[in-house]
Amino acid sequence: MRYLTDRKRAVGMGSAKSGVHHFWMMKVQAVALLLLMPLFVFTFGPMLGEPHQAVLEYFSRPFPAIVAALTLVVGFKHFADGAQVMIEDYVHGLMQKVLIILVICLSYAAAATGLFAIARIAL
Amino acid sequence: MADVNRGNRPLSPHLSIYRPQLTSVTSILTRITGNALILAALLIVWWFLAAATSPEYFAVADGVITSLLGDLVMAASLWGLWYHTLAGIRHLIWDYALGLDLPTAEKLGWAVVIGSFVLTLVTLLVIA
Repeated sequence: MRYLTDRKRAVGMGSAKSGVHHFWMMKVQAVALLLLMPLFVFTFGPMLGEPHQAVLEYFSRPFPAIVAALTLVVGFKHFADGAQVMIEDYVHGLMQKVLIILVICLSYAAAATGLFAIARIAL
Repeated sequence: MADVNRGNRPLSPHLSIYRPQLTSVTSILTRITGNALILAALLIVWWFLAAATSPEYFAVADGVITSLLGDLVMAASLWGLWYHTLAGIRHLIWDYALGLDLPTAEKLGWAVVIGSFVLTLVTLLVIA
């Protein structure tokens, strides 16, 4: 008698080895960004070209600062995941792995830099 | 896979022989806009870093981003952002196997294209 369930035998198989996890995470990010992106565009947008002091004061307020921070974190993760799918489609072999690592590292570095800057302005 | 005939089989027609259609063009544009947004995203991070550093550094970054070329990049990215957003909504709808028949898919395609330009124009009028 086999004690393994059908699900247990399927987990980790398939071409992705992780089922629909990547797809699902991108969907969660997409829905989050549906709300975040317009908020970011209409808070960050008017600040472009404003005097330095006005920018500092504006992003010291909780709402614009939190919206900007969230948008950068979720946005760069969404970029990393989406760019990975594109690379997987067009590049193969060692170069595929190299590019995916570069894209993920670039995304995390950019998100960290943005968070640092916003924290420094806000606090 | 025991495929001994690899590389010597008749192939199904590739992308290049098909006439571009609204559905295929709007599909590839989703990928192009999504990935091209990295440019504006990095510019914005740089702008925040400069603002957090010093008034002099901010003047440089803000000057670049609001220059003629910067305005062009940001306006194009705004369109890319709205396009990618609307195309993303289309994917959320398609995920539920809705609107996949050709007439509806074509309508959704036009809604994404026209909607992206309308939203870009409205946004520019509001924030610029």
